[in-house]
Amino acid sequence: MKRVIAAVAGAAVVALVGMTPAAAVTIEKIVSPKGIKAWLVREKTVPLVAMSYAFAGGSVQDDAAKSGTANLVASTLDEGAGELDSKAFQDRLERRAIELSFSATRDQFYGSLRVLNDNRDEAFDLLRLALSQPRFDADAVERVRAQQISALRRDTTNPNNIASRAWWSTAFPDHPYGRETKGSLDSVPSIAIADLRDYARRVFARNDLTISIVGDIDAKAAGDLIDKAFGSLPEKNDLRPVPEAKLAGLGRRIVTEVDVPQAVITFGGAGIQRSDPDFMAAYIVNHILGGGTFSSRLYKEVREKRGLAYGVSESLVWFKSAALYMGGTATRADRTAEALSIIEAETKRMAEEGPTADELAAAKDYLKGAYPLSLDTSSKIAGQLTQIQLDNLGIDYIDRRAAMIDAVTLADAKRVAKRLFGGGMLVTVAGRPKGLASSTQ
Amino acid sequence: MGAIHARIQGFRQVNLTSVFSRAIAVTLFVAAGFVPLSPATAADKPALTVSHFKLDNGIELVVIPDRRAPVVTHMIWYKVGAADETPGKSGLAHFLEHLLFKGTAKNPAGHFSSVVARMGGQENAFTSNDYTGYYQRVPGEKLKAVMDFEADRMTGLVLTDAVVLPERDVILEERNQRMENNPRARLGEQIDAALFLNSPYGRPIIGWRHEMEGLTREDAIAFYKRFYAPNNAVVIVAGDVDPQQALTFARETYGQIKPLAGLLPRSRPQEPPPAAARSLTLADPRVEQPLMQRSYLVPSFRLGKAGETEALEVLAHVLGTGSNSRLYRALVVDKPVAVSAGAYYDSSAYDMAKFSVYGVPARGVSLTDLEAAADAVIAAVAEGGVTDDEIERSKSRLIADAIYAQDNQATMARWYGQALMSGATVEDVQKWPERIRAVTAAQVQDVARAWLDKRRSVTGYLVKDETAAAAGKAEQVVPASAGGKRS
Repeated sequence: MKRVIAAVAGAAVVALVGMTPAAAVTIEKIVSPKGIKAWLVREKTVPLVAMSYAFAGGSVQDDAAKSGTANLVASTLDEGAGELDSKAFQDRLERRAIELSFSATRDQFYGSLRVLNDNRDEAFDLLRLALSQPRFDADAVERVRAQQISALRRDTTNPNNIASRAWWSTAFPDHPYGRETKGSLDSVPSIAIADLRDYARRVFARNDLTISIVGDIDAKAAGDLIDKAFGSLPEKNDLRPVPEAKLAGLGRRIVTEVDVPQAVITFGGAGIQRSDPDFMAAYIVNHILGGGTFSSRLYKEVREKRGLAYGVSESLVWFKSAALYMGGTATRADRTAEALSIIEAETKRMAEEGPTADELAAAKDYLKGAYPLSLDTSSKIAGQLTQIQLDNLGIDYIDRRAAMIDAVTLADAKRVAKRLFGGGMLVTVAGRPKGLASSTQ
Repeated sequence: MGAIHARIQGFRQVNLTSVFSRAIAVTLFVAAGFVPLSPATAADKPALTVSHFKLDNGIELVVIPDRRAPVVTHMIWYKVGAADETPGKSGLAHFLEHLLFKGTAKNPAGHFSSVVARMGGQENAFTSNDYTGYYQRVPGEKLKAVMDFEADRMTGLVLTDAVVLPERDVILEERNQRMENNPRARLGEQIDAALFLNSPYGRPIIGWRHEMEGLTREDAIAFYKRFYAPNNAVVIVAGDVDPQQALTFARETYGQIKPLAGLLPRSRPQEPPPAAARSLTLADPRVEQPLMQRSYLVPSFRLGKAGETEALEVLAHVLGTGSNSRLYRALVVDKPVAVSAGAYYDSSAYDMAKFSVYGVPARGVSLTDLEAAADAVIAAVAEGGVTDDEIERSKSRLIADAIYAQDNQATMARWYGQALMSGATVEDVQKWPERIRAVTAAQVQDVARAWLDKRRSVTGYLVKDETAAAAGKAEQVVPASAGGKRS
């Protein structure tokens, strides 16, 4: 389920503080000489620096007819900048083993950087060039565009993509959330180089910029590097307003015929926002129904007991103006209807009865205990810190998180289970499922 | 490998050599840009203190400390994989891996997993041609508890048809998901089958469908009794743990199990010298983007001469990693006949290894023309060699990966585990950066000349099956080898 964003609820950072004295990690709020804010974790064990950052304005900033613009920008930023053409830029990265990556999601344009300590000046300098003076040379753009189109063409017969596309376009028919971040075979060919420049100009700015750095570096050096990379960007971005998203299609089932032996099912419904007071209860209830490794109700019913699928899972997904739960599985054609009916029945049962006290206790233990696993590398910590900042959870979130989980009562869980799973579900299927047709009910 | 060719599915992805038992956790290792048999340390940094012990019953223990987070990665690797299956039972090693989650007399089905979940742990398992591995990532203080469980299921597995039969359906769905639904994976499977004339590496790790359908509880138990034993296993612990403490725990758990008498040395049928270039075409109606992929039969770390696999690693990098590589420059940038192109090499096979080259043609370019262009690049390296500058750039990148790896305990655990499974030692892993640094341009040219000989290779074309697509036929969804049999 590529399209389901791994919804680790604000998995974050400070969890390490106080858990094991030897491994304590402290987050510092820093402000660069030019006034750019960031969170810093000093970590001296490995001689590297990892940075994660995000600009507000992901693919929602694409023109409706030119979806895929943000994604094409992300794929071409390392194809030459300033005086350096693509070859020269790539050469500089490779010689110093500098890792720059860029990606667009619906609401954010993310970047990450990883570099050995000795090469950090060069790395931040190349990042400055990429963000403030990208070349978007025609030959490089056309080369990358051809790659994107090639991948999109492949998607047209891939059941995962077919089911996912059908889901999103039905759920958000008139909203940028309904379009794929990577665009379509219609839109990607129409993106002009001027559109890429325009996107970079509108989005890469110092406000709405979130930065997290982890590594063998102090606050002063980190501030200087931040200014080097981001200090020359405009002070304010120029984002277009994005309309509120409204989820549509609940109660519908859409089957797309595609000739594959195994049908892919995507399902989902309205979720609960990250800022909602019920979020933590929803997170726990969701874990019990379809999260975790081998413990969820869906896993037991669909895979373990009946052997209907290799995998089945479900998670919470949240955007700036929409929240969802989404899940998926892939199962043989003659038993697709059975698999779907089990998923629907289990979701309904969870809405009506909620979890048991034992399930709630087990889920709490898991969610508390598993937290440090998402914080065991510099890159993971940097990424989690950025997510915590974007979700506005506060610098002490990691310290507070366990107590927030513990505070969820069985009554809360039952009430929120009903709120989360009691509404309708939109289901899309790609394949040749026997006895399963599209419906509007 | 045959199971997954992830690297050619994207432009800068990773070559996964294993079949994981549960889809969910695959990302754990995909994240790391995995270079097989890679490094423990950069030569210019003080070496990580890696401890290596062997208990009286033959089990080995490797401890890699990383005290940053209160977490350990605990893995057990058995020296048995798909290549050890009896002919006719393909998929058995992987099936057994799934069945190891079905409980023992002491810990009934689901108990181990629920305790791990309760700890906040993550777990999974994986199977390759040469090894089967199980791991848990848990809080440091739970190390002994997971060792206890893992030791229990080394010999205590209890299986009934009630759990075996649904799980057989699960692996068939896994095959559908990985192979049948994925034309590129099907091409890889066909190439392996044609490349390995005598080695069991020609069989898919996941198994041929018609043989998977016939696997039984008895097959699984017989295989288990033959290979699962302390003297056929290596335990890797990476993370927040003291090596002596880990050793004590290992003695108290794994150390209590009797070694298996009569364990046979690993010896599989070997490849004859390849004599003929082979080519094949797989037509599938779902192919919207054709692909050319070629695999050469080349030495693995264990079978190569001194310095040879290191030179092949550098060759794969110069030839086909990144956008300044020879193949990418020539085929994608300078005279664009392809939208992507690259090369990769996995030295970690126990027997002979593969060196692969691939290209996705630009619109209107035939696979034949693309192949000819790739041939010209390969010939230029074999005849004209590579420059010192190219070598230096590739070596710095490969050596830097060694330091980046230290940031990830799970990557470190996997590197050591894979190395020890493929006949390398802890010292080999630690000296990897030095060995890479020593590679010369002349050595790279030598290995290109010696091994990238078309007679050693299979070239596969993936094309659209226009007839079937037009007629809307369904037979393409069944692998040719399965004779159309469906469950």
